[in-house]
Amino acid sequence: MPKRDVRWLSGLLGVLVWGAAIVITGVFIALVGDLAWHGMPRLSWAFMTTAPSNAGRDGGIGPILVSTLLILLVCLAACVPIGLGTAVFLAEFSPAASVFGRLIRRSLDVLAGVPSIVFGLFGNAFFCQTLGLGFSIASGGLTLACMVLPILIRSTEEGFRAVPNDYRLSSAALGFTRGATLRHLLLPAAVPGLIVGTVLGIGRAVAETAALIFTSGYADRMPESLLDSGRALSLHIFDLSMNVAGGDANAYGASLTLVLLLLAINGAAAWMAERWLHRRIMIT
Amino acid sequence: MQKSETRLCRWTVFVAVAAAALLPSTGRAAAKPTDLKGKLVITGASTVAPLALEIAKRFESLHPDVRIEVQTGGSARGVADARQGLSDIGMVSRPLEPDEKDLLARPIAYDGIAVILHKSNPVKSLTDKQVVAIYTGQIKNWKDVGGKDAPITVVNKAEGRSTLDLFAHFYKLKHSAIKAHIIIGDNEQGIKTVAGNPNSIGYVSIGTAEYSATHGVPVKLLPLHSITAKVENVKNHTYPLARPLNLVTKTAPQGLARAYIEFAQSSAVDDLTKELYFVPPPRV
Amino acid sequence: MCRRPASDTLLVWVLRGCAAAACATLVLIGAFLVYETLPVLRHEGLGVFFRSDGWVPSEHLYGLMPMLVGTLLVMAGAVLVATPLGLLSAVFCHFYAPRRLVTPYRRLIELLAGIPSVVYGFWGLMVLVPAINNIRPPGASLLAGIVVLTIMILPTIALMADASFAAVPRASIAAAYALGLDKVGLLRAAVFPAAKSGLFTGLILETGRATGETMAVIMVCGNIVQMPKSLFDPVRTLTANIALEMSFAMNDHRSALFASGLLLIILIIALVAVAEWISREPVHA
Repeated sequence: MPKRDVRWLSGLLGVLVWGAAIVITGVFIALVGDLAWHGMPRLSWAFMTTAPSNAGRDGGIGPILVSTLLILLVCLAACVPIGLGTAVFLAEFSPAASVFGRLIRRSLDVLAGVPSIVFGLFGNAFFCQTLGLGFSIASGGLTLACMVLPILIRSTEEGFRAVPNDYRLSSAALGFTRGATLRHLLLPAAVPGLIVGTVLGIGRAVAETAALIFTSGYADRMPESLLDSGRALSLHIFDLSMNVAGGDANAYGASLTLVLLLLAINGAAAWMAERWLHRRIMIT
Repeated sequence: MQKSETRLCRWTVFVAVAAAALLPSTGRAAAKPTDLKGKLVITGASTVAPLALEIAKRFESLHPDVRIEVQTGGSARGVADARQGLSDIGMVSRPLEPDEKDLLARPIAYDGIAVILHKSNPVKSLTDKQVVAIYTGQIKNWKDVGGKDAPITVVNKAEGRSTLDLFAHFYKLKHSAIKAHIIIGDNEQGIKTVAGNPNSIGYVSIGTAEYSATHGVPVKLLPLHSITAKVENVKNHTYPLARPLNLVTKTAPQGLARAYIEFAQSSAVDDLTKELYFVPPPRV
Repeated sequence: MCRRPASDTLLVWVLRGCAAAACATLVLIGAFLVYETLPVLRHEGLGVFFRSDGWVPSEHLYGLMPMLVGTLLVMAGAVLVATPLGLLSAVFCHFYAPRRLVTPYRRLIELLAGIPSVVYGFWGLMVLVPAINNIRPPGASLLAGIVVLTIMILPTIALMADASFAAVPRASIAAAYALGLDKVGLLRAAVFPAAKSGLFTGLILETGRATGETMAVIMVCGNIVQMPKSLFDPVRTLTANIALEMSFAMNDHRSALFASGLLLIILIIALVAVAEWISREPVHA
């Protein structure tokens, strides 16, 4: 290949790559900047701790933050064990051509595409009515767990697949049980995939509105147990901006709080990933 | 266990304890010896929900042993749940239909429906015939009704909303005869859509519209049959297109439900009603 | 012959249980949808969804085809735009960005992943729709839906691609440089082939997100049931339809809405099957 062609193509790639990064950063600034601009005046410690009043137009979002965090906790508590287990199963214990493995993988892909509102209706019928949990944080969290599961599983599985086979072979040669190999070798090595899955999953869970309307409900008071109805932050933003006249100002404040909350959670996730990565045995 | 694992365990325990501690204990003030206690479930129209919720909070502060749960889901849900006993009280944002006469309705507020235009639109009023012609697509340009030379963007509400039912009933339009360009879900979406499009026409609850118009949103309300569209005129019954916001029950309400409904209809909550730009029910 | 230690056998069964639980969710949802769809099938028959008289529930007209087309177009448009952008973004993170920019940029994308659909929809309604309206009314259109959805699904593909590129063995990259390949060659020869499986997963996940999005689409697409003739025509997607009318629907109407949910799932199954067929050579080693 003549040198001139190569340089041209490389140059074009550079332009495209930087262009994409700039466009995405621009979109981010436009969106979050808009949120920050309108939301900053409302943001304060009082805002984040007091209860809403006047249909949410005054007061703060304290109980709603608590509800949101509880829903998130229930969701993660339900889907991380099952998700991790399934991902490990798919990556380590089922041969690529196995019918069971393929069936599960395809089911997860389909599950990833089910509309959020269908999850909401299903969650209502199954968790709220059949299992008798009623409108509650538990119902909301479990429904979200169903939504987040495919994302978590698939990206964690990818994380495991990325670990070179040498690890597994050498640990088997050393006489490790599969379980021990997993715990000491593979799990730490697959952490980046797990973290990406968790971050994407948390993002999806926190961003979800339609599913929660029918499951965790509308109540904006401080929840006293996991069986209480509790409004999630995204639902509060929806109600303020779309249902209550004049709720826009607090909707912006709540949105900004949500962004900051996410920043904190994602930062924590990345920090934990770093800690775990120190245990990784690097071959290269 | 390795050092970092013990640290992780300790960290998890700390988080769990902190979470449990943050959940407030049932720190209610020493209960007055009231005779009212128990739980009340109210579901239905999302238009009524913010008002019902605020009234519920005030009711709860007067009767600390009572818990009221308000959930949304639409007027049809309010009717269905009240009928099947899934809720104690249903919220319905319209008068009861003939086939719903097995239920009892008590209005807690009144609301009107106004046709809105963008503030910059020179058209000051429209006759009934013109509105019908615009909504059925016979008049397509503003210049045919005395406005600018610009195509009309017709905004309609989605099927099943009581606002649509009332609007169509008033103008004697069949739902399928309406030719719209944009279909919206909630009132606020309608306001924001019209505010963003100088050549649009839509209809929303008067309360929402009046609030927005007086708070800088570029919309204006059209008079109906020469009666100015404002909450005042709904109150003195001169405005022709009004609807009740109802609380429905299957049988004559008793006990807690009755106390709540009577409270909601009393003048003790007039200020809450007015804050949401609704009209308190007439007092005998 | 070595026997598998008991702890491993237990482990495998626990893992199989997890996998079955994950699978059970889909089975339950499928069963739920089928159960709820039965009434309208019994009363009207399957053909009612394919008629071209439109969607007018009050007159028992339940034609779903225009909405299916709407869903497909919005989804395809968003995926077509978001995928290259996401891939380029991941390439930027790994091969072009100055070291100090990498973490902030990654945080930025992770944040975009968590912003609620309501906020995107709100922004679309207030900023995007009026802007498009200036080009051609009514503004709320297929184009608006595609733009908003693209921004929403971008983080999924970008982050998955990012993680896949991170997993490419350093040895391969070093070898590529040693061979004198420039960035294009490096990507083509070393990075993309190794990251193929992860990229594929990212593609599936983002497509799933695109088909399943409800809130943002309701606010910017116009929600008119019609076959769009141009990018500027308003459309209604199947998900928007369910969300708009579910709370107010009774009996057959409600059942028909569940049917549209079922149709959506069948659509996704078809897409996944096609994807599997396209990548016939085992993507998963």
